[in-house]
Amino acid sequence: MKIAVPIKFVPDLVEELNIDSSGAALDASWLRLIINEFDDHAIEQAILLKERSGGEVTVMAAEAEGVDDILFAAAAKGADRLIKLTGDLGSGLNGHASARMLASLLKEIQPDLILTGVQANNDLDGAVGPLLAGYLGMPYVGYVAGVTVAGEKVVAHKEYPGGIIAEMEVKLPCVLGIQAAEQPPRYVAYSKIRQIMNTAKIEERAIPNVDSSGAVTVSRMFKPEASQRATIFEGSSEEVAGQMVGIFKELGVL
Amino acid sequence: MAITLVPLGPSPSKTFYTSLLEVKEGERFRACLQCGMCSGICPFGYLMAFPPGKIISALRAEIFDEVVKTDSVWMCVSCYACTAVCPARIPLTAGLLTRTKEELLLVGNVPAELQTALANTQRYGNCLGESPRKRADWTMGIQPEINVLGKTRRPVDVLWFVGDYASYHPRLQAATKALAKILNALGINFGILGPEENSDGDSQRLAGERGLFEAMAQKNAQVLRRYQFGEIITTDPHAYNALKNEYPALGVSYPVRHYTQFLAERLDQIKPLLKKEIKAKIAYHDPCYLGRANGVFDEPRALLESISGVELVEMPHQRANSLCCGGGGGGMWLDGFQWEKAHVRLSDWRVREAVASNADVLAVACPYEPPRFEDAAKNIPSASRLKVREISELLVEAMGN
Amino acid sequence: MSQDVFVVIEHLRGQVADISYVMLAAARQLAQGIGGNVTAVLLGRSAQGLAKDLASDRVLYADHSALAEFTSDAYQITLAKLIGDESPRAVLFGHTTIGADIAGGLSARLSLPLISSCRTLSGDGKFVCQICGGKIMAEGDLPDATTLITMVPGGYKAEQGQSTQPPAITTIETKSFDDPCITLKQYIEPEAGDVDIAKEPLLISVGRGIQNKDNIEIANELAAAMGGQVCASRPVVDQGWLPTTRLVGKSGKRVKPKVYLALGISGAPEHVEGMGESDTIIAVNTDPNAPIFNVAKYGTTVDLLDLVPQLTEKIKQVKGG
Repeated sequence: MKIAVPIKFVPDLVEELNIDSSGAALDASWLRLIINEFDDHAIEQAILLKERSGGEVTVMAAEAEGVDDILFAAAAKGADRLIKLTGDLGSGLNGHASARMLASLLKEIQPDLILTGVQANNDLDGAVGPLLAGYLGMPYVGYVAGVTVAGEKVVAHKEYPGGIIAEMEVKLPCVLGIQAAEQPPRYVAYSKIRQIMNTAKIEERAIPNVDSSGAVTVSRMFKPEASQRATIFEGSSEEVAGQMVGIFKELGVL
Repeated sequence: MAITLVPLGPSPSKTFYTSLLEVKEGERFRACLQCGMCSGICPFGYLMAFPPGKIISALRAEIFDEVVKTDSVWMCVSCYACTAVCPARIPLTAGLLTRTKEELLLVGNVPAELQTALANTQRYGNCLGESPRKRADWTMGIQPEINVLGKTRRPVDVLWFVGDYASYHPRLQAATKALAKILNALGINFGILGPEENSDGDSQRLAGERGLFEAMAQKNAQVLRRYQFGEIITTDPHAYNALKNEYPALGVSYPVRHYTQFLAERLDQIKPLLKKEIKAKIAYHDPCYLGRANGVFDEPRALLESISGVELVEMPHQRANSLCCGGGGGGMWLDGFQWEKAHVRLSDWRVREAVASNADVLAVACPYEPPRFEDAAKNIPSASRLKVREISELLVEAMGN
Repeated sequence: MSQDVFVVIEHLRGQVADISYVMLAAARQLAQGIGGNVTAVLLGRSAQGLAKDLASDRVLYADHSALAEFTSDAYQITLAKLIGDESPRAVLFGHTTIGADIAGGLSARLSLPLISSCRTLSGDGKFVCQICGGKIMAEGDLPDATTLITMVPGGYKAEQGQSTQPPAITTIETKSFDDPCITLKQYIEPEAGDVDIAKEPLLISVGRGIQNKDNIEIANELAAAMGGQVCASRPVVDQGWLPTTRLVGKSGKRVKPKVYLALGISGAPEHVEGMGESDTIIAVNTDPNAPIFNVAKYGTTVDLLDLVPQLTEKIKQVKGG
């Protein structure tokens, strides 16, 4: 079974986010990029499927700082093919541009199954998965937390609120938006990543041109103001505990 | 948890054994008499499927693959007790246990908590997952302003390697600021690396991530080369151990001391500053990596005794025989895992000893310890009045500001 | 292109989801400004009854066995035809396991612009989205074409989208659904036998800040002392430290207790979606910039591991004395 995993990099929320001088975009000089955690789960799910039923896993990403390390780490986990998309990405790719770019590459690769993170923290024009499925004319199921292969189909466990799961049977080829892999992404020893850099190869593919239509223009980005900021209890933990007990009494829960 | 094992190759036991012989002083592995001292003194040895001595016998019996399947080696806190008592002086901690953890990491047999700390170190240069940009935030408001070398580029006499916990952990920032106060009061010309500093990586090394340790060391080496300084002092014994014993083999060699050694040398200048009396019985806990592993016992005690009113009490386990707080070798990041197996914490043991020795204060010299001992004290009724203080905090208290 | 604003109603097992009402409120704001009507789009099987309290000018209803339960291909086929026929100003979807599955595919197939994570729409055609874990807002103008929009809760109250006057229902034709690509096999319920946190008046919730499974004990003790129940945000449940029945948030339960004590929870939108309407939220987080403080009434930055045992002690004293 051929599995393709498109991944992308997103702002690392550990760092403070700032708006740039245009007032309509994030200040790139302050941005630290990290792999979209849902894409990390997609890689893990793909590797699990390969370990269970065999097959080939291809991981692909657009050029960004730190992408090589992540691709090599994927290889260390068991990915067979690594593809990096290069070119003039301008100020970055929106969902539509990414999906179009991936669609043309995937038409060539012809995977049976495409796994990608269900969403990313910087999605403004939709997540890549559903758009990609649209361009490829494939069925899409998102919020998936479990995948089993059943011949020409897959069974995806789709999450609904309240802990309810819907078992969806999907014909291949299809795109699944991964919410969580069946186990947390595995650890790869740093020395293993270093080692694999000597043997694994990242294929580079040039992006012909970037078509971003389908998104909308942002005229302003800003940080939300707290409509009503919380009353903060100050002092030592003991003092705070005392204040809280007072509030509990006021609220009638004590 | 499903674990997929990658075959280690023909005769994993032989391959591993050969690699052990190649570590520093590794030829001593041949001299193991199977006396059992190591397994006996190991604080968690009773819980391990394969305590140190048994790992060696497993290697000799060529069943090392059994060792790799169990996860009990993660109970090892790299406290050096085994290495210290081995009659054949085999490098058990740094050689055997560390290398075994490396093998487990390679096959992915590693608890999730530890994974996170290792991933954080790789990404952010600190095990806590904090933004590297905020590493020097603890210096805000301190007068005179702390010299962050990347900003001022001034040559200094002393480079103070602060460390992850000392920089970011709220409880420990108090001790870090205390040390800054003392250095300023002594008029020391010092600087810190601030956001350019990366984790010393020593605990990560002992937790099996040799590759990560070397990556951190390389980063620190590049940064250190940019600046001019006479010597390095460290807040914590783990950084001291790394810089003194491990970095030189990677081509990074500077004179380095723990802050207690640096201050003890200046006792004559410090004594006049200690205007306030601290009337208390103080038990000093020898940290594994300052005491047992590196032989520094007297200087911290000298500092404590210079405070008037202090009565130093010794706990039964002292100096080279000290009890580990449980934080080393990845222990700081294996709390949940170790608790599930043991339902007892090494830090509890130590706190009980301090109480039994009638101590009012448990003095420490390693950033792992204040949070660990304070947490333990919370769970032990008789320890409700025991205070845990870094030596730097006690000195500042005695300075009277 | 008409100036009508369409809202794709979300429902599961006979219940209309809150987000549907939120979307109707947003649609009304936009429609009023541009002089259009609000049209609710309801797809289902014998589901007309669900339209009774929708605050819309009309309902377009498609009835087919293939639409009885949600599957993204049947919904997309139906909506693609409808959007093509009606050419509305905008189509609103929930940013949910239902809406987010179909909006993207429709945007790609119909070459229509798509805006996601939208929080508010205004009468002058402006949208405001929230991204980056709720830390950044992005504002802009709706493009001059039928725009697909996925909406997140928080900008409007559900009541604003509810009405006592049932709207008029028009049934629309559906295409046939031969050989579907996606088939719903069954729903799997979470294990019963655990507490229903949605019914509890006092919840003590733990997040990543609890650090490990073992520390949850301190929350259990506080809950026992106070007569409350423990629940959690996603990271805690993902690690297996608490069962999914205790999950609060977008993919878990929606709760509205009297008091919600959030311990070590950052307050990401997915979690706030599940508890934002609690009467009183008290947040404990060492990060003063954590978004949870924007929804909490009271808060503190002391370490929860220090605070909680002390709180339990004090409460025991109050109750015992």
